[in-house]
Amino acid sequence: MDLDLIRQAVPVLLKGLNVTAMLTFLSVAIGFNLGLGLAIMRISSNRFLSGFAKGYSTVFRGTPLLVQIFLFYYGLGQLPLVKDNAALWWVVSDGARCAVLALALNTAAYTSEILRGGLMSVPAGLIEAAQACGMSRVLRFRRIEFPLAIRQALPAYGNELVLTVKGTSLASTITVLEVTGYAKRLMSQTYAVFEIFAIAGALYLVTNLILITLVRALERRLMRHQQR
Amino acid sequence: MEFGLLQVWEGGWVSAIMRGAAITIAVAIAAMIGGFVVGIICGLIKWGRIRPLTYVVDGYTAVIRGVPELLIIYLLFFSSVEFVTRVATAFGYAGLADSGYAFVIAVIAIGAISGAYSTEVVRGALAAIPQGHIEAARALGLPGPRIFRRIIAPQMLRIAIPGMNNVWQVTIKDTALVSVVGLQELMRTAFIGANTTRHPFIFYLIAAVVYLAITLVSQTGIDQAERLLRLRSRK
Repeated sequence: MDLDLIRQAVPVLLKGLNVTAMLTFLSVAIGFNLGLGLAIMRISSNRFLSGFAKGYSTVFRGTPLLVQIFLFYYGLGQLPLVKDNAALWWVVSDGARCAVLALALNTAAYTSEILRGGLMSVPAGLIEAAQACGMSRVLRFRRIEFPLAIRQALPAYGNELVLTVKGTSLASTITVLEVTGYAKRLMSQTYAVFEIFAIAGALYLVTNLILITLVRALERRLMRHQQR
Repeated sequence: MEFGLLQVWEGGWVSAIMRGAAITIAVAIAAMIGGFVVGIICGLIKWGRIRPLTYVVDGYTAVIRGVPELLIIYLLFFSSVEFVTRVATAFGYAGLADSGYAFVIAVIAIGAISGAYSTEVVRGALAAIPQGHIEAARALGLPGPRIFRRIIAPQMLRIAIPGMNNVWQVTIKDTALVSVVGLQELMRTAFIGANTTRHPFIFYLIAAVVYLAITLVSQTGIDQAERLLRLRSRK
């Protein structure tokens, strides 16, 4: 490895890391809330709502993320409905915004499955006890069901966060220059394929390591009643 | 017909998409088989903590599971394209670089990715086998290879099925990524169709539907197989 190359590549890839972090943060922030909504819909007794949530998660988990990104970026702009709506057009017309849309909708589907598993693991007795205490539905969810569900779901959700970080690399296929986008450009410019891969890969590994460590710390904090 | 359904039908794209889907399935199956072989070998190494090799395997699974698949595909493709072209030209097959070669690289790349996930599944399945079974076999004086064939492998395979099912689902979806390096599978065909006819919406929608069909059909098939296997073990 020669030092000049590293000195040239690292700042460029770090610039890309900013974009990757931004994409991840926005799509996780949107995707988590959507996923929570879908998980609640999925376990509701309303057949229309739970059917919709189930269909949503089947479609988004059954197709590759790349197809979803291309469908949103290239496909939606063709529809008159989207073209004439200023807000929708604002989202679809830009690669980064479109990538956030696709990533958020995609991670929402996986998040809803994880949270559903968490919500279903809450013992019925606890919910009944809360009901017997006269807690309203919202209060019960906020104070009893959600805190217990998130504890159960956190390890799996950490994996999903890593998958989202990896998913942001696909934004490079629709003109967004993040770590993978810059790495591809540098690979074809310098022909130093291994070196660029090593630097870009290390950036991703460190990002994922930090995320996993944060999730573990949060998990330990939430489970501190079990430590002795 | 303003979305281009007519163009899809008249332009002969239906058969092109079918051919693309066949290549997608071929890549996925080949990568899955290769990945499973890698997974068994690496899983055994990881499970037995065979000293120097286990660090290599740990590094392999950590890198593949932490680095985007797209970046791995770029690495394998860009690092090999020059080499392969030179070798192929030297032997007088200058055209090789654009035909069968992309398929081979795709299988290697996707196989390496699914291999890392299979490794974790196999290691987990091996760890789930009760230690007493292996000790009992040793006490009976069975030789190592036969312990593996008669005691370890049958249990490991059965425990690994749900996990391998997940790996298969991920592998099918990962095959879409090799379209970026030019293999004419389902995604690439949809891309070409979208650019030629200028009707991207319908082409990517069709691609999504075909992927969904592949995942749902294989899911049902695997569920069926799992049930059969479970029934037989109950008897």
